[in-house]
Amino acid sequence: MKSIVLNVTARFLFPWLIVLSLVVLYRGHNLPGGGFIGGLAASAAYILYILGPGVGPARRLLYFAPETFMGVGLLLATASGLGGWIVSGAYMSGLWLPAFNLPVLGSVHLGTPLIFDIGVYLVVLGFILLTTFSLVEADT
Amino acid sequence: MAGWLLALGPAAVFVYLLTLLPSVNQGIIGTQTMQWFPQLGVSLSFRVDGLSILMGLLICGIGALIFLYAHGYLHGHPLQGKFFCYLMIFLASMLGIVTADNLILLFVFWELTSISSYLLIGFYHESDESRWKALQALLVTGFGGVAMLAGFVLLGLVGGSWSISAIASSELSVPDHALYPAILLLVLLGAFTKSAQWPFHFWLPNAMAAPAPVSAFLHSATMVKAGVFLLAKMNPILGGSWLWTSLLVGAGMITMLLGAVNGLLQTDLKKILAYTTLSVLGLMVMLLGLGTDLAIKSALLFLLGHALYKATLFMCAGSVDHETGCRDVRKLTGLRAVMPATAFAAGLAALSKAGFPPFFGFLGKEYVYKTGSYLDEFSFVILAVAMATNIMLMALAFKAGIHPFWGGKTTSDLPKKPHEAPLAMVLGPVILAIGGLLLGVFPGVLATPLMAPALNAVAGHPVEFSLALWHGINLPLLLSGLTLLGGFTLYAMRRKIWIRVGDKPPFRYSFDALYKGIFDGFIAIAGWQTRVLQSGYLRRYLLIIISSSALLLAAKLSLFIGLPKQFDLFEARFMDWSVFILIIVSLGIIVFTRSRLTALFAMGIVGFGVAIIFILNGAPDLAITQILVETLTVVLFMFVIFRLPAFRNLSPQRTRIIDGCFSAVVGLIVTLLVLKAQGVKIAPSISSQYGEWSYTLAKGKNVVNVILVDFRALDTLGEIAVLAIAAIGIFVLMRDGVGKRKDPKS
Repeated sequence: MKSIVLNVTARFLFPWLIVLSLVVLYRGHNLPGGGFIGGLAASAAYILYILGPGVGPARRLLYFAPETFMGVGLLLATASGLGGWIVSGAYMSGLWLPAFNLPVLGSVHLGTPLIFDIGVYLVVLGFILLTTFSLVEADT
Repeated sequence: MAGWLLALGPAAVFVYLLTLLPSVNQGIIGTQTMQWFPQLGVSLSFRVDGLSILMGLLICGIGALIFLYAHGYLHGHPLQGKFFCYLMIFLASMLGIVTADNLILLFVFWELTSISSYLLIGFYHESDESRWKALQALLVTGFGGVAMLAGFVLLGLVGGSWSISAIASSELSVPDHALYPAILLLVLLGAFTKSAQWPFHFWLPNAMAAPAPVSAFLHSATMVKAGVFLLAKMNPILGGSWLWTSLLVGAGMITMLLGAVNGLLQTDLKKILAYTTLSVLGLMVMLLGLGTDLAIKSALLFLLGHALYKATLFMCAGSVDHETGCRDVRKLTGLRAVMPATAFAAGLAALSKAGFPPFFGFLGKEYVYKTGSYLDEFSFVILAVAMATNIMLMALAFKAGIHPFWGGKTTSDLPKKPHEAPLAMVLGPVILAIGGLLLGVFPGVLATPLMAPALNAVAGHPVEFSLALWHGINLPLLLSGLTLLGGFTLYAMRRKIWIRVGDKPPFRYSFDALYKGIFDGFIAIAGWQTRVLQSGYLRRYLLIIISSSALLLAAKLSLFIGLPKQFDLFEARFMDWSVFILIIVSLGIIVFTRSRLTALFAMGIVGFGVAIIFILNGAPDLAITQILVETLTVVLFMFVIFRLPAFRNLSPQRTRIIDGCFSAVVGLIVTLLVLKAQGVKIAPSISSQYGEWSYTLAKGKNVVNVILVDFRALDTLGEIAVLAIAAIGIFVLMRDGVGKRKDPKS
């Protein structure tokens, strides 16, 4: 049941959905969004791709195995707290760079909680894709 | 080579402890403290007093020789490295026990010795029996360890400090406290299981499944003395009460008699030694229970003397086993011709154990009689029991140390052709045996500096200390003479006893069997519970999980009696009503539809309805998450739904009605909870505070996200770790579960 419409739509929408998920991830600190929602949105993009071009192309589009995403995500999230531990003595206390201005983005605040959020994003993405791939590929 | 190098470590500590000895003799006690968990009062604090040094010297001195011995004993064994590793872990933990000053730290080291003992007893892990015995030792000592931890916690609360020396030196008298009996019983459980006191004695003879170096080191010289050490250490704090004396003297007496009698009935060389160890441990516990200065002095004399001669005898027994392949004393005779050095060491050790002057063992025995004769009450009972035990111990010493080498002619029907053990295995026994002789010959010069500070530490106050072999002709000397006579007679009768006993186990009902019963009972209960709770039916799992959480909620809810806060139905807006109707209709469809696909979509609609409620009440983050999760759930369901068999109603009408009622009750409880939660305030709300802190402390305007990634980031870290674990579970389930079922057919 290959649908050409779905196939083409998915190919077209995929990059925009990923960019959207990254925007949601980044803006999470001040506006609705964050790593969890961003990760879910990115997974939705991949699932759309599975429904369109198929699971094989979707796997190729991920470049790494979903397990790798989860591992890297956990590592980032765990490591993001180390800086605060060294500087202020408490694990996971946030460290921030001074704010600076960029075109388009405006005032940018970068800090360890953002790294933590990226970790959450990667774990959620890896979790859903590992589950989905297992389910979809189980009967082949 | 490895053994020789590794022996250098303990040897270095041995020398270091010796250099501390003069200052400890002048009353200077070394302490060292580092923070570990300052919030819990747990610190890495160490304190080296006289008792610590005495134990430390034994541990390191014998430890170094054991490394050498093991080097020869396990020569060429593929897992020798692992063995050395376990042995080193044990040695370090044992040093930790004797130097720790913090109650919790002491417990940690205590458990570490149990674990390393488990690994060492089960070293021959290919053998089923060996694994079972290792597990038994671990479970018995572990059980005692947990009880001891509870006792320590109580003691820490009563004493107001986790530091043993602080509690000991405080004005507080623990025996007068209401909690004293509980503390004492719990701590004694720890000490008695570790030192194999009746009724926990059965694990020690079973621990002989370990290789000989382990039996010599852990199960005679050091680890089993940890319990005695604990009693000695706790004597200034817990000792002196009526309860302390009666429990220690009672258990000690039973253990010493039981061990000695059992030893007489054994024919296995290592088993004989194990039972004599048991007997001597009982003797030391009894002496500590008596608690007079003389009794403590005798206990310490036995502590040192026993470690020296018993480690020697165990090593000699191991050498005999190693070189002849046989441990049955009925077959082992006349080995002195082929194993002269081992025979020499074993002979010296046996004489010391038997209590011949001028060996160090003689002093121990002499002072036990002296203790007994100076007692105000029960003097006769103590003397009689001590003498009976000593007579049997002497016969056993000869049986294990003299008989295999000197008794009768050399036999030829041994599994291996016997020859002398290698140098590494001879060095240890010979050094220790000579040490036992020298300490006895020069008690004033060699033994006194070792024992005097230890006695002060255990007694809790300064005690005059002197040692002499010759006390003139008095009651103890007379009793010693009688003991030697009785021991000889008993030894001469050894062959008759063996013929009477044969190969049968001496007692039909034993604590070993009781242990097995309890163990099997636990397994049976666990099996029954698993069958009931984990039936394999998904519906049963859901029933159990949901009903138990609903019950817990209801129990908590019943604490807040009264109707929920009044709410006005007409306050609801048009949108609220629309969502309400949408959800109710969808729920009806889910319950009554016969198509899975329809039910799936209806469930999605319920989820979206909930998301709308979130939006209406100003929670966009929640709403977005809800919508995404619902969408993904529906899509994921779609992937599997085609693989399920056609929808059929298999439950009878009755089950459906019960399930329906059950759902209704759970729904009611949750509804009540939600309504009540509005009106009940257990603690002040933190939401406004979080709202303020969010920007000032965490530089974020989205409170929800700030809580997730900053305030409660550790929780989130835990949650994503759980996600990752769940993903691995699903992955394995899908790969193995589905794949395996297909394989046999194809």
